[in-house]
Amino acid sequence: MTLTHYLLLAGALFVISVVGIFLNRKNLIVLLMCIELMLLAVNTNFIAFSHFLGDIHGQVFVFFILTVAAAEAGIGLAILVVLFRHRQSIHVDDLTELRG
Amino acid sequence: MKLLYTVVPFAPLVGAIVAGLWGNRLGRTATHRITILGVLIAFLASVAIFFDVHNGNTFNGPLYTWGTSDGLTFEVGFLIDSLTVTMMLVVTFVSLMVHIYTIGYMADDPGYCRFFSYISLFTFSMLMLVMSNNFLQLFFGWEAVGLVSYLLIGFWYTRPTAIYANLKAFLVNRVGDFGFLLGIGLIAAYAGTLDYAETFAQAEKLATMNEAVTGWPLITAICIALFIGAMGKSAQVPLHVWLPDSMEGPTPISALIHAATMVTAGIFMVARMSPLFELSDTALSFVLVIGATTAFFMGILGIVQSDIKRVVAYSTLSQLGYMTVALGASAYSVAIFHLMTHAFFKALLFLSAGSVIIAMHHDQDMRNMGGLWKYLPVTWLTALIGALALIGTPFTSGFYSKDSILIAVAHAQIPGATYAYFCVMAGVFVTAFYTFRMIFLVFHGKERFGQAHAHHDHAAHGSDDHHHGLAPGEKPHESPKVVTVPLVLLAIPSLLIGAFTIDAMLFGGWFANVIFVDEARHGSIAALREEFHGALAMGLHGLTSLPFFIALAGVALAAFFYLVRPDLPDRIAARVRWLYTILVNHYYFDRFNEIVFAGGARRLGRWLWQIGDRTVIDGAMVNGSAQIVGEVAEAGAALQSGRLYHYAFSMILGIAVLLLFLYLV
Repeated sequence: MTLTHYLLLAGALFVISVVGIFLNRKNLIVLLMCIELMLLAVNTNFIAFSHFLGDIHGQVFVFFILTVAAAEAGIGLAILVVLFRHRQSIHVDDLTELRG
Repeated sequence: MKLLYTVVPFAPLVGAIVAGLWGNRLGRTATHRITILGVLIAFLASVAIFFDVHNGNTFNGPLYTWGTSDGLTFEVGFLIDSLTVTMMLVVTFVSLMVHIYTIGYMADDPGYCRFFSYISLFTFSMLMLVMSNNFLQLFFGWEAVGLVSYLLIGFWYTRPTAIYANLKAFLVNRVGDFGFLLGIGLIAAYAGTLDYAETFAQAEKLATMNEAVTGWPLITAICIALFIGAMGKSAQVPLHVWLPDSMEGPTPISALIHAATMVTAGIFMVARMSPLFELSDTALSFVLVIGATTAFFMGILGIVQSDIKRVVAYSTLSQLGYMTVALGASAYSVAIFHLMTHAFFKALLFLSAGSVIIAMHHDQDMRNMGGLWKYLPVTWLTALIGALALIGTPFTSGFYSKDSILIAVAHAQIPGATYAYFCVMAGVFVTAFYTFRMIFLVFHGKERFGQAHAHHDHAAHGSDDHHHGLAPGEKPHESPKVVTVPLVLLAIPSLLIGAFTIDAMLFGGWFANVIFVDEARHGSIAALREEFHGALAMGLHGLTSLPFFIALAGVALAAFFYLVRPDLPDRIAARVRWLYTILVNHYYFDRFNEIVFAGGARRLGRWLWQIGDRTVIDGAMVNGSAQIVGEVAEAGAALQSGRLYHYAFSMILGIAVLLLFLYLV
């Protein structure tokens, strides 16, 4: 298990999440999950580098990111609930209010 | 003396300001007393200065320095010499007569005080013009008299014809002023000074130079440009069109401004610039031909006019042409001499025409007059004296000046002199004919007034509340003393001044060192001097000379047509209808100007409005820029689809581009 393997895994996770954002036309929850996945890919990178470089700072950052991700997921789901109550839908294609 | 010089122009100015600002509060009598006092002071001061100059005391110096810029000094200054003082005397004397006359003529007019203010202001402007020692002040006076002329032509501002006429006068004068300003600009640019004396000192140097851009001989360009200014002010063809229309103003100002003084400003200016004009034969030829054309062709128009003031107006044009011819023939002193005599007899003719108009209750149509001599004896006699002087009857003042012009032109050798000689000789006949046509129609023949106005053609001279005419059976009365006294006072110099001053003015060195003539090249004045053997001998010789017989023939023909066979003129007019039509329409100058210049200006304006304003500025620039902003915003709005994955995609794309950029750099 070399650094390359970890980096490839993290890259694969990141690409999956990006593709998930693009291809997802249906559900806002999937979108939130994709963003979480993207953060996890970054976390993996941090831990891998931390481990192989022997530097503990990377792991400290992972804690920060996890905290932020949890808060983000909480707020995101809360918005989602309110949105659903309001619109009766969390379908991505229905949410086009944000245009000029 | 400097104080006295200052008093001359500023006394009338004070009068004008007082009359203009407080006239209505002071009342009519106080107003005319104050303004007349101002002009009287100016006249008396001019007389005092005249004797001083006669004793050899001339003056040339600044009064007030306005500013200096890049070596060019702007000053108010006086140049007092024989030419100036001659003009000052003429201007103040005629102005004084007109002021007095106005008391009678404008007695019933609601604009009485305003009128006095204007004519005093005019006197001030004209005096500033003639007394100037630099081009700037000359231009100031030049424009100021133009302004007052504008105000006075439109004095009866409720008449549409008067407003049309004053606008026309103003615009035509602007054309001339454009040339005048170019001339002054050329002098300022090449001589580097606006002062007369300094300019004349460099005249020889200027004569060798060429204008830098066009390569034209500089002195010719300057002289012709200045003369174009004179053409506007002195109403020479083709810029004469404003003068006949200016008769819309009250008669006193027709006498003061459009006969005796302002229109002579151009003549005076050219005479003042004689050191420059002498150096350019081309410019002199130009002057000569323009003057001759005006003298002859404008005189002919006087024959077909039926409005008494317009006849006199056309005769003014013709006489100004004579003066211009004299200038072109290098006989500047003769031009000034004719200017002076003409000022007296033309003011006299105008004022007597005004007296007739008063008697006719503001009916100006000569076809409604006739036989007036019985009722207006003073007016008749003075008008007759004016007419005799105008046609150049021997021993009258007009004879001396006009005959001198004829002789001078006969001896001129520059190109165009033969044409000019023909024109002025033929002009003598025309002058005699139209002048006595007027005298016979107005004062002699059958009494045609007080009838049902068969001829009363309103369209011809502008209908308005001033045209009453006499009621049937009513008889005209002689005008009051304030009107007849100026007539008599003007009749005296009209008869006598020529004989007394010809020797001094033309040959006696009165204008020595003031008017410069290169006698080696332009010998007309020298030839004149050779032929002159005293005023009496000249008068006696005049009785047997060609111009006298020509004039006599003109008078005889007028008598035949308008006294013996009054039916003939109409039949002749009917026979040569085409010629008559051309003359009645003033050679179609007005029509031409209306179509080409006024119409052209309107077309240009329309084009600028449609293409320049509406299409380019409004269309392309103002609305165009707004439209471009709108289109850009539209395109930007199209990017905002509102779909989340589009925003996400653009974020990622942005990061990718940023990373690529960082990687490459």
